[in-house]
Amino acid sequence: MEHVNAEPVLTKKFWTPGVMILAVIAVNGIVFLLGRFLFGMGAVTNLDNQFPWGLWIGVDVAAGVALAAGGFTTAALGHVMHRERYHAVVRPALLTAMLGYTFVAFGVFVDIGRYYFIWHPLVMWNGNSALFEVGICVMIYLTVLYIEFLPVVTERFIGKVKLPGFISKFNKPVDSLLRVLDRGLSKTMFIFIIAGVVLSSLHQSSLGTLMVIAGSKMHPLWQTPVLPLLFLLSAIAVGFPMVIFESLIASRSFGLKPEMDVLSRLGNMVAPILGIYLAAKIGDMFIRETFVYLGEVTTESVMFTIEVVVGVIIPLRMFLSRTVLKSPTLIFIAAALVVFGVFINRVNNFIVAYTPPYASHSYFPSFGEISVTAGCVALLVLAYRFIVMNFPVVSGHDKKHTPKTKYAIRGTGK
Amino acid sequence: MAKQNRRDFFKTTALLGAGITGLSSKPAKAAPENILSEDRMGVLVDTTVCVGCRNCEWACKNAHDLPAGNIEDYADRSVYEKMRRPNDKALTVVNEYKNPTNVSLPYDVKVQCMHCDHPACVSACIVGAFSKQENGTVLWDTDMCIGCRYCMVACPFQIPAFEYEEALSPDIKKCDFCFDRTKEGKLPACIEICPVEALTYGPRTELIKIARERIKRNPERYVDHIYGEYEVGGTAWMYLSGVEFEKLDFPKLPQNPAPGVSESIQHGIFAYFVPPVSLYALLGGLMWITKKRDEKEKV
Ligand code: SF4
Ligand code: SF4
Ligand code: SF4
Repeated sequence: MEHVNAEPVLTKKFWTPGVMILAVIAVNGIVFLLGRFLFGMGAVTNLDNQFPWGLWIGVDVAAGVALAAGGFTTAALGHVMHRERYHAVVRPALLTAMLGYTFVAFGVFVDIGRYYFIWHPLVMWNGNSALFEVGICVMIYLTVLYIEFLPVVTERFIGKVKLPGFISKFNKPVDSLLRVLDRGLSKTMFIFIIAGVVLSSLHQSSLGTLMVIAGSKMHPLWQTPVLPLLFLLSAIAVGFPMVIFESLIASRSFGLKPEMDVLSRLGNMVAPILGIYLAAKIGDMFIRETFVYLGEVTTESVMFTIEVVVGVIIPLRMFLSRTVLKSPTLIFIAAALVVFGVFINRVNNFIVAYTPPYASHSYFPSFGEISVTAGCVALLVLAYRFIVMNFPVVSGHDKKHTPKTKYAIRGTGK
Repeated sequence: MAKQNRRDFFKTTALLGAGITGLSSKPAKAAPENILSEDRMGVLVDTTVCVGCRNCEWACKNAHDLPAGNIEDYADRSVYEKMRRPNDKALTVVNEYKNPTNVSLPYDVKVQCMHCDHPACVSACIVGAFSKQENGTVLWDTDMCIGCRYCMVACPFQIPAFEYEEALSPDIKKCDFCFDRTKEGKLPACIEICPVEALTYGPRTELIKIARERIKRNPERYVDHIYGEYEVGGTAWMYLSGVEFEKLDFPKLPQNPAPGVSESIQHGIFAYFVPPVSLYALLGGLMWITKKRDEKEKV
């Protein structure tokens, strides 16, 4: 894939106080998860016939899909455009996408009433359903992400297979299997990389189509036929900020030097994309004349304003500044704001904007719902930490620049 | 030789194309097709006739193996103090509203699935568990449903209910137009039991004529609007009323079918797989070009 100078982070111990807190949150989530599977959705959630979708769909699925977009934007930049200098962030972004989508799939599994039928969409097709499109694309893309990640696994184990005890005689065969796999993957990887970008663009936009069918049940500030476009644009816009955001957190927690040259370059591209997104959003607002709803103070108007001002306009201005791009702290804040903005946008679209006709009360997630979501996020961070410590993902800690030998399509490079 | 190759290329692409369209047309059959039979059935609910005896609630539960209790208990009118909605234990409910001109003659409104002609639930369901039957019924199939509740998000009347307390096999519950009964030539349970004939069962086209006739003969009794004739593209169940329908909690809905916009977006993005395939080709080309450029720079 990229010229490989990524290595497992071996310097630190796995268990730190922060990690233990995460573990507690994860266990708490698992307890409520058990409750959901043993006693039904009603036992754990605040959902009802008026509010069929809540936190789990809005955050675990919709926001999760959007925030995993770093994977496809960096893959497009690093591999499709062959911008080698970004390769340092391709693997971490890929890992985040892989874990993120696993989390999304798990979120769906938890949220649907008959989880054991989760495979039904594979054989029961309803091409009219936006959800079907999202479901199928996410399933295929998840597979593609795992394939894209395989080289990291083969690289970790080739020549290092050490099976314990009596099965150690399989060391050789396993090693050759990995080598075959590795060679096959090098030749075909470009197929999966492009497929990944296409699939992402498709389901990122279909995610926007999802709520269109709710019609007048969705607040006009968000309900618009161009939702698919807005979702796609915002997913692209949040891609690099998400990479910057994680990269800085990871290097902080592992005590590595932040890859500021790469991150500033990435940051450089954020403002134009955010600008296009903002223009589309404001343009749509003026065409449909929905700004009238901003005149009165309601939950919707407040949330919309926060989403646009804090989540788009302020970071847009920040990313235009040289000082911000050069400073780890400032670029982190700017990136975090974009991440927050897209997160809130998804929550707004799926939860805040949805006003069913006969609701006698409004929806707020239960403690159980929040616990499960928080638990999943905690597990995600723990898995990220574990993989980064055991597999060659991060390259920040290895400053000796190996000569460029391997290219995006390994095997065709010399 | 080169020519041959190109021919082969075209042949394989044509085959591929055929394969893809074949793929997309085959499941289209499995996917819900919207059968709109000319003589599909419907119900006309006259809210000015209904006396709110709630016998239909009892009959409906009985016909669907839901705990129904004694029919005498349904005479209790205190339930009207709060608006109720159909749920997993009651597929239909009756609500009562004040009559502004005559306090002793309140309006009673029976609520259940409307059996839309272009149902949002059918369009939305991820696995096609909902289907529109030829006689107008919108049915739900328990063997397909994955419990995602997207049908509930989509339904403009907020009708499908979910068994939230069920851990293992939660169902989506809604009026099934007594499909099993009508198949055998029987009337839907609620219609059969109604003592004052507030509900009229018949071919939808006939019902519209009857409704028009009633409005014409009693213009002071009815508002000039058959709710469901055009709402979201037409519904099998239609209503007559003495006051504006919004006063009876009917949602104000446009005339175009609920799934219209989302389906056209969906089909736009996927038009015969052309947009995704061309995006794939474009990216592939880009990748190839940039790689070539990189290699040149190397040399
Ligand atoms: S009322 Fe709702 S559930 Fe019934 S057919 Fe129409 S969309 Fe489907
Ligand atoms: S809950 Fe069941 S019936 Fe409703 S959309 Fe999902 S799969 Fe279809
Ligand atoms: S038609 Fe049948 S299922 Fe529907 S409300 Fe009447 S009795 Fe219930």
